[in-house]
Amino acid sequence: MEYAIEMRGITKRFGAVTANDNIDFLVKPQEIHCLLGENGSGKTTLMNILFGIYTMDEGQIKVNGQPVHIRSPRDASRLGIGMVHQHFMLFNQNTVLENIILGDERVPFFLDYEKSRKEVQSLLDRYEFHIDLDEKICNLSVGMKQRVEILKVLYRGAEIIIFDEPTSVLTPQESDILLGMIQNLREQGKTVVFISHKLGETMTIGDSMTVLRKGAAVANVLREETSVHDLARHMVGKEVETSLEREEVEPGECVFELADVPIWEHRKSCNLRVHEYEILGIAGVDGNGQMELEESIIGLRDHRQGHQYLLGEEITHEPTLLRKLKGMAHIPSDRHKYGILPNETLCRNYLLGNQEREEFKSHGLIRTQRLDRFSEEMIEKYNVYTSGIEQTSGSLSGGNQQKLVLSRELSQSPKFILAAQPTVGLDIGAIEFVHRTLLQKREEGCAILLISADLSEVMALSDRIAVMYEGEIVAVGDSSEFTRDELGLMMAGHLGGAS
Amino acid sequence: MDVIIDFISLVLKLAVPLTLAALAGTLSERSGVINIGLEGTMLMGAFFAAVGAGLSGNPWVGVLFALLIGVMMGLLHAFFCLTLHGHQVVIGVAVNLFATGITPLLTRLVWNREGASDTLPSIAAVSVPLLKDIPVIGKLFTNQPPFVFITLFIFIVLFIFMKRTKYGLRLRMIGDHPTGAQTQGINVKKYKYFAVMVSGSIAALGGAYLSIAHSNVFVLNMVAGRGFMGMAANIFGGWTIGGSALASLFFAAVQSTRYYLIGSPIPDQFVLMIPYVATLIILTAFSRNSRSPEGLGKI
Repeated sequence: MEYAIEMRGITKRFGAVTANDNIDFLVKPQEIHCLLGENGSGKTTLMNILFGIYTMDEGQIKVNGQPVHIRSPRDASRLGIGMVHQHFMLFNQNTVLENIILGDERVPFFLDYEKSRKEVQSLLDRYEFHIDLDEKICNLSVGMKQRVEILKVLYRGAEIIIFDEPTSVLTPQESDILLGMIQNLREQGKTVVFISHKLGETMTIGDSMTVLRKGAAVANVLREETSVHDLARHMVGKEVETSLEREEVEPGECVFELADVPIWEHRKSCNLRVHEYEILGIAGVDGNGQMELEESIIGLRDHRQGHQYLLGEEITHEPTLLRKLKGMAHIPSDRHKYGILPNETLCRNYLLGNQEREEFKSHGLIRTQRLDRFSEEMIEKYNVYTSGIEQTSGSLSGGNQQKLVLSRELSQSPKFILAAQPTVGLDIGAIEFVHRTLLQKREEGCAILLISADLSEVMALSDRIAVMYEGEIVAVGDSSEFTRDELGLMMAGHLGGAS
Repeated sequence: MDVIIDFISLVLKLAVPLTLAALAGTLSERSGVINIGLEGTMLMGAFFAAVGAGLSGNPWVGVLFALLIGVMMGLLHAFFCLTLHGHQVVIGVAVNLFATGITPLLTRLVWNREGASDTLPSIAAVSVPLLKDIPVIGKLFTNQPPFVFITLFIFIVLFIFMKRTKYGLRLRMIGDHPTGAQTQGINVKKYKYFAVMVSGSIAALGGAYLSIAHSNVFVLNMVAGRGFMGMAANIFGGWTIGGSALASLFFAAVQSTRYYLIGSPIPDQFVLMIPYVATLIILTAFSRNSRSPEGLGKI
């Protein structure tokens, strides 16, 4: 049997770290092959080797049965391998057409837009894509941008197309459309490699799967032979609790209130109330005002209109520090920018935000011994995996960085927790830890506002859900009132999904 | 009518160094390399044009010298920015300081004089056959420095290059998103080197105009901020070839007021200030709305 891609014994080391350890990766022609694994399991490294961005230390690659040496993306492209990147490589100020032809203009010197347009149009017809070639990229939705990325690859005549976590930026509806398009590509004779860590979509679309864990291939199975549960076990290496236990508790007093605050200018103002024993989840596609909401709640934006109350006191114009002292905890969405000081030691990181507390200062100096003791306590309590308090926080893994942030923010027994995208970029184990911690805080009586672009997370954790779209809260209700599809539609701006 | 033609003619002469600086700035910054070293590159161009003209007795040899030193300054700038990954603004400042520092020394060595060179052969004005005979506007083609036409030519070539060729398209896109271009198999560094080196030679040409066409002597610091004004014109023009050229003409028009205000009751100092104040006001007013290449200054 001849494989479309045959990678054997692939090993790649970065210093002391073995990112790929003797991996065999085999893809049959005209199938959709899913490459599964948690963050850091080596998926991206493996694909970057195939795409010529990295060179492997050991192993060999055959494409369509022929041994090949791929030294650059250009080589890969020549062999008919194309990649749809997770982070779009598009030029905002240029048109769709210009983006597609860049680097492969097929003219000696002067551009010939008419000829290029005809060529691209024939692709559009063949694959039933609908897109305006003269629109600028910056005016397109995320789903459309992804379509441009796919067209770029098709235009270059790729027969093997790699999708790198393509659904992570899409709404559920957009994801469905994309999965349909990918199936259509296979019917047209293309071979697809689909990288993902979402088990559900893998089972929907994949013909076969390779699962990576800690740099090694741990399973290679056909869809018919496996299940979501099996795949999860392969990925994590142990049994995982896929459902979260949550106790039924009655919400209590209102802890935090946002009243008539315009999150985006010239849009309707937002109103939110979060109660004791309650998680209020904000669902929405990234970039619909979540960032602004987060910044306004922790006091980084001063709004001229509206009011904010914490435990009945008005905090509208209070600075961040006072908000924190009054019982607000903040798990920032951009961990590296707002959550930690990557180049500082762990104890310095534990001081961050606690610098005004009496127990850590004396006559303007830091009480280092107390700080060290506090840091060690926290590290132990939250199981932060580290070589010691002198390690820099930037060298921790993502999950451990988040544990650091959680332990610091929750150490002051806050009344109100603002958790923004708390599990972005974490592996399954760490995600579970964050979820459990949040639920535990809820049972202790905290009011929690959870902002997340991951709809499943919002649905699994929240007592109530609010949907954000273009800077407005377009719907609020008990989480039992909404179905997944309704939420998805509202996130995409189709109102009335709930009625 | 003659007054208007005279005015246009004067503006064109004043616009030559500004336009060349602005075009040089646009070319370099469109590729994503911040180039505030234009001022220094122009000064080097002015000086070496003087050397070439002085030594050979032929001003066109001076032009050749200027082009060469411009390419070399561009190469230096690109090497520090792109290969050694220095901070582009800092390198630009260094280029300017280097030029202001070394030219007095070299002036001393070459001509054994302080402050200025000997008198140099300069490029004579030309009249374009046929065109000069057109009534009224024919005067625009009579007794003009050839640099006016050279600038026009460079403008047209760059305009077409940027808009209509695949290399221009790539250059524009590289300035916005270099990694994106890299994933399409484009050698980004090569394009940037090319842009910065050509930019250097265009800027140096602007300097040469000052020493061997506009006048016939090299004077210390004779560029007098025109490189920075060219940068300003590039920003005012929205980082486009056409915009840069128009903005330069506008600045030149502002400068020309100086010649009309001589002898007026306004004190000289204020009159001399006009172009600089206009630059300041325009930059403050327009720089906020104009869209710079998204990858400007990134490596």
